[in-house]
Amino acid sequence: MSEKEFEPVIVGFFCNWCTSAAADLAGTSRLHYPASIRPIRVMCSSTVDPVYLIRALQEGADATILGGCHPGDCHYITGNYKARRRVAIVKTVLKSLGFEDDRVLLEWISGSEGPKFARVMNEYTEYIKKKGEADFKYLDSLGGE
Amino acid sequence: MAMKRIGVFICHCGRNIAGTVDVKRVAEEIGKREDVAFSTTYVFMCSQPGQKLIEDSIKEYNLDGVVVANCSPTLHERTMRNAAARAGLNPYRVEIANIREWAAWPHEDNPEAATRKAIRIINATIEKLKANASLEPLEVPVIRRALVIGGGVAGIQAALDLADAGIETVMVEREPSIGGNMFRLSETFPTLDCPQCILTPKMNDVGGHPNIKLYTYSEIEDVSGFMGNFKVKIKKKATFVDWDKCTGCGECLRVCPVSVKSEYDLGMKDRTSIYIVNEQAVPLKALIDQDSCIRLKFEKKVQEGKIKPKKNVKICSKCADVCEPEAIHFKNNEEIVEEEVGTIVVATGYEVMPAEAFPELGGKYPDVITALQFERLLSPSGPTAGVPRRPSDGKIPKSIAFVHCVGSRDPQNGVPYCSRICCMYTIKQAMLVKHALPDTAVYDFYIDIRSNGKGYEEFYHRAKEEYGVNFIRGKVSKVYKVGDKYRVQGVDTLTGRIVEVDVDMVILATAAKGSEGVKELAKKLRIPYDEWGWLKEVHLKLKPLDTPVGGVFIAGAAQFIKDITDSVAQGSGAAAKSLGLLSKPQLEKEPLLARVDTEICAGCGRCKDQCAYGAITIDPIRHVSVVNEALCEGCGACSANCPTTAIQVVNFKKGQIIRAVDILAEVF
Repeated sequence: MSEKEFEPVIVGFFCNWCTSAAADLAGTSRLHYPASIRPIRVMCSSTVDPVYLIRALQEGADATILGGCHPGDCHYITGNYKARRRVAIVKTVLKSLGFEDDRVLLEWISGSEGPKFARVMNEYTEYIKKKGEADFKYLDSLGGE
Repeated sequence: MAMKRIGVFICHCGRNIAGTVDVKRVAEEIGKREDVAFSTTYVFMCSQPGQKLIEDSIKEYNLDGVVVANCSPTLHERTMRNAAARAGLNPYRVEIANIREWAAWPHEDNPEAATRKAIRIINATIEKLKANASLEPLEVPVIRRALVIGGGVAGIQAALDLADAGIETVMVEREPSIGGNMFRLSETFPTLDCPQCILTPKMNDVGGHPNIKLYTYSEIEDVSGFMGNFKVKIKKKATFVDWDKCTGCGECLRVCPVSVKSEYDLGMKDRTSIYIVNEQAVPLKALIDQDSCIRLKFEKKVQEGKIKPKKNVKICSKCADVCEPEAIHFKNNEEIVEEEVGTIVVATGYEVMPAEAFPELGGKYPDVITALQFERLLSPSGPTAGVPRRPSDGKIPKSIAFVHCVGSRDPQNGVPYCSRICCMYTIKQAMLVKHALPDTAVYDFYIDIRSNGKGYEEFYHRAKEEYGVNFIRGKVSKVYKVGDKYRVQGVDTLTGRIVEVDVDMVILATAAKGSEGVKELAKKLRIPYDEWGWLKEVHLKLKPLDTPVGGVFIAGAAQFIKDITDSVAQGSGAAAKSLGLLSKPQLEKEPLLARVDTEICAGCGRCKDQCAYGAITIDPIRHVSVVNEALCEGCGACSANCPTTAIQVVNFKKGQIIRAVDILAEVF
């Protein structure tokens, strides 16, 4: 790891209707972004339990992204607002335990925003690269499995 | 029971995947897993031999689950699930690993990383799949009625096709008459039919069709429910006239003393406060505009306590006095009605940017108008009876300049896209000017002429050769007033010279956008739209009429600006799509819904608070959550708030996601 350039691990939770579609569009448009983004499709951003985000960090991810529909455009009416509150809670919990809360990112990326998807992935990867590796070992010792 | 005999099928997609991802290596890596019984690659999994390979392998290796690693699940998930079903495997035991859009294409510059990422995505998908349950689609009853929103030509076509097929169809139009923008046009390209001749028969068919229930001057207030079972609240705006009694005779119009700009004529003509849109309106009914009516304004002020009515003062009631059927009652008759329908066609059309948005092109002058306004001046039923006159002084113009691409193809001042219809209607308008006023000089400033339709290029050549329209290739930079005339300054890019012409009128082909208010409507329908107000289709090429909401279709210019030919085709297309759903006695619904484990549910009600559909109730006796499967959409908001994991979405269970996350988060 030390000789090679630091390649962060970023787990991306993308809602089925907006951000997954944007990721599809980014791919179809051949827009490039780092392979450090490791995606999983979920039906709605609101279904992402705070546990998922913390689990990803515990298991080795340097950061997590949650992508949902723009406010007011949620396919499930108000799911993205629920996601916003959950992310706020995760950030508060991380901060109060002494961890960096900017390793959890919430972004609204609609299905037609392929370029925005690629841009966010590029910028966030760059940001996390600069920050360096995450150290959530203590978080791991808090419990989990 | 976790799956133990999984088959993994990796698609080359020609060179789309295999050109970047080392598919052989992926198959080998995945094949090492204990729970994978078989893994292979094939050039096109979606082809018939590809599907056959999956079917044969399921039987041969007795597979209990399948992962197909190919393109986005929006494209071939159903193909692969059907293939599995044919081989006797429950289709919900098939998952798609998207290694094309999510690995091969974005990382085509780094094949090693793309290959590793493909392996990781497949491994995560296997972990998720392993606990998938076998499911059967739910059956929900269908209301065999349709709703068409928008009474322009696309909506009219959709409603007529549905009604002719025997479907009771509700049409909602916000203007007092159906007809839409087409009803405003003078003649249509490239045939030069007049819309009054070809559209009014269709409008009358809608008005008199036994299967069509028409609500004009009405708007959608609220939409609830789901595919096959929508509940729609419709606001009938106040007309202050009893339409059951109104005969459309027009006597009231003759006595009304108020004069305001006509919306139908786009300000080119005045109308009275009580008005009928025009003589061919469907329905042919009068209504009062409460913002300009003397009596209604007075009554409102009295109601608000701003003025006190004096005794024995007679307030204007001229229209009511002459109304023989006694239809005019001045009472606010706004009401909300509810309709139940199975499908919805959204055909809300377009609007054009106003001339005022382009001050540098003279948009502030009265004789510089949009092409849609000019349509009214060219129309035989318009304010000038088809012979264009200057709005400022009523003089017949001796010279007219047309400017293409005003706001179109211009992200700084308007929109980035081409508005598609402007080239053709401008050519048509130039021709019509020459019909009405053969001696008037016509200058047509264009960047490119886009005439890509049947008979369109020939139409353009006719304008050049037979009518002597001066086509000048170049953008106009400025329009300003010089005496009585307007100086149009541009450049002729073919000769490289600056061009200046002084004309009497300037017609701006302004950019088209989605109709005003369409975003609010789209929110009620939960369908996506873009920043210009165009409704978003599921797939631009292959599903142009579908929206992500099952049972809601889009047609005509609501999706993107298009001409009458294409709008009518889409109207029929959306009707056919609706009929496809309504012809079934029962609809199948994805069974990927929330379920409650009543053994561990504490009945706390946190899930109920999260549900946007009101699908969750608490059983008062057993004190556990109960999910109404007809209402549940499967978003999973409830599961994220459940402290005991009692409520979870089938096949998106927490254990499944967490096992997938573990794979994704792993450091190499």
